[in-house]
Amino acid sequence: MSPLLKSIISPDFGFAILRVMTPILYPAIGVAISALAGSINIALEGIMLVSAFTGVMVSAFTGNLFLALIMGILAGVGLSALLGYFHLKLKANIILAAIALNMFASGMTIFLLYIFAHDKGTSSSLKSLVFPSYQIPVIKDIPILGRIISGHNILTYFALISVVIFYYIIYKTPLGLRIRAVGQNPDAAESVGVNVNKIKMYSLLLSGVFGALGGLYLSMGYVSWFARDMTAGRGFIAIAASALGGNLPLGTFFGSLLFGIVNALAIYLASLEVPSEFIQMIPYVATIAALAIYSIQAMSKTKRRKRISEESTT
Amino acid sequence: MEKFVLKYFNLIRTIIAIAIGIIISIFVIYVISKNPGFSLKSFLLGPFLSKGRLGNLIETASPIIFCGLAISIPFQAEQFNIGAEGALFIGAAIGTAFAVSTSMPMIIHIPLVLLVAGLVGAFWGFIPGILKAKWNASELVASLMLNYVAYFLGLYIINYHFRDKAAGYLVSYQLPKTAWLSQFVPGTRIHWGIVIAFVFAILVYFFLYHTTLGYEIRMTGFNLHFSRYGGINVFKVIIISQVIGGFIAGIAGMTEVMGIHRRFNWQMSPGYGWDGVVVAIIGRNHPISIIFASLFLAYLRVGGQVLNLLSDIPSEVVTVIEAIIILLITAEAFLEQWRYRITIKEAERKEVEHEPAS
Repeated sequence: MSPLLKSIISPDFGFAILRVMTPILYPAIGVAISALAGSINIALEGIMLVSAFTGVMVSAFTGNLFLALIMGILAGVGLSALLGYFHLKLKANIILAAIALNMFASGMTIFLLYIFAHDKGTSSSLKSLVFPSYQIPVIKDIPILGRIISGHNILTYFALISVVIFYYIIYKTPLGLRIRAVGQNPDAAESVGVNVNKIKMYSLLLSGVFGALGGLYLSMGYVSWFARDMTAGRGFIAIAASALGGNLPLGTFFGSLLFGIVNALAIYLASLEVPSEFIQMIPYVATIAALAIYSIQAMSKTKRRKRISEESTT
Repeated sequence: MEKFVLKYFNLIRTIIAIAIGIIISIFVIYVISKNPGFSLKSFLLGPFLSKGRLGNLIETASPIIFCGLAISIPFQAEQFNIGAEGALFIGAAIGTAFAVSTSMPMIIHIPLVLLVAGLVGAFWGFIPGILKAKWNASELVASLMLNYVAYFLGLYIINYHFRDKAAGYLVSYQLPKTAWLSQFVPGTRIHWGIVIAFVFAILVYFFLYHTTLGYEIRMTGFNLHFSRYGGINVFKVIIISQVIGGFIAGIAGMTEVMGIHRRFNWQMSPGYGWDGVVVAIIGRNHPISIIFASLFLAYLRVGGQVLNLLSDIPSEVVTVIEAIIILLITAEAFLEQWRYRITIKEAERKEVEHEPAS
């Protein structure tokens, strides 16, 4: 058996998939919630950055993990509130406003990093806390499966739970119903008394919460420092991951899982004699391919639906 | 006065947005710097204080003008293709590969190398274009992903096949002299790229505002369904606007390589594509305004560099200002209340003027 195949079917590979999937799953849920309300949030790249930065800074200067969590989430939600304010109140195009906020987050975090840590690269001079890992009792003793599922960072488990929370919000709460109504037909929702802008704002804020958790995991779980632009496009990959799953809970999960697998594969392939540039390219090429396949399917679906409705009317 | 405000409302709004951005930056520098007077002077006047820096300003503006034009054409058609960065990088990488492996007289070599880089960029614009036109796939996501693909592919081409091992650091072979854009102002690195950029700005202006295809691009951006109903081939417009954008972005990167370094020396993506988005927004997608927006952005950039070099303030303050300015400019409702009041006042005044006549 080739060494590559051997390492891929090992439990460590399964463990790695969950690990690299976490910082994609969180923002993917964030994108999905905002997309369901019809105003897609592409500022998650920036939201993750400010949260990752705030978490590290607060934990380094206060030594309080809980405070770091709260402040990190507030920072992320603050940025998405800003996006909501500019888009909904000041009528900015949401894509352009989000691009501006991503720039703002990138510049601001590097600027403050320099002010606080006197370094424009990483915060490694500061001692950041990390969220703890957790061995699941019983499950950790199951062979193979235990080594894949147990021992992850708490935020990784919460990412999986977030899929359920996302499902619950969207399908079991009045807010979720309104979010879907606003996304499908804002005029109809407005006509029955739903405040469209308010619902869109709520969905953007929720999307900020999930994005913030993704950022916190990145700097305080995945690694234990902040580095400039450390999100490395994950906020954008998340857009593709949620689009892949039709912005639905389970779909978003599987979309993120796919990118987790590809990314983990890229890490494992790096030990081979293949130029690393090619391996690093894989997730992005895969995203384009997946986007194309998804769009082709969606297109043929709407065409079919149109044909059926035309046939039934004639 | 009211008439003037209404006529130039967008321009005034842009200037106010820029002023707010600069005032915030002055405030930040004032609060953080230990020597605020000196820091502010370095930032705001620094770019004009020596010939070298003034040259720097022009050099920096040149690729930004190209990228602004490259972004503005798809933006005019409401296509959010932000792949100028990738088109620029891959265009320059393959253009460099082509330039170092061919030799011919300068008069053919320069245009041919630029053409190759442009065509590679055009292909990079074509992919999101066709995906959008045919299957309605988000050009935003596709072009974003292609930026990363271009980056890694470009690095692979240069580092594995055209790397000059004698240079001591990761760069390509030097371009043959026949593919150099000469620097024509002594004491600076200002090269023919800026002239080509101006020519392109005029060409783009002519294309967008005085040709049928340009009209169709603008109409599609204005209202896609109406355009389709009115007989415009929207499919073609969506693809072509992104292909032309990619073409110009490809040339942007190549002129930098041919005019400044004469080697491909980027190990990081240079970011001009994103600057292009910034100036396209500030210049409201108008080619001539984009020139001024690019000069302004270059001024901020050089100011930021001077600040970084001479004071205790990191240059990233510029990125933050840019973000604030763009936010305010894209916010349609920003100052709308003011315009509304002026419009009413103007209308009332007209009414009063007309009354005695009736």
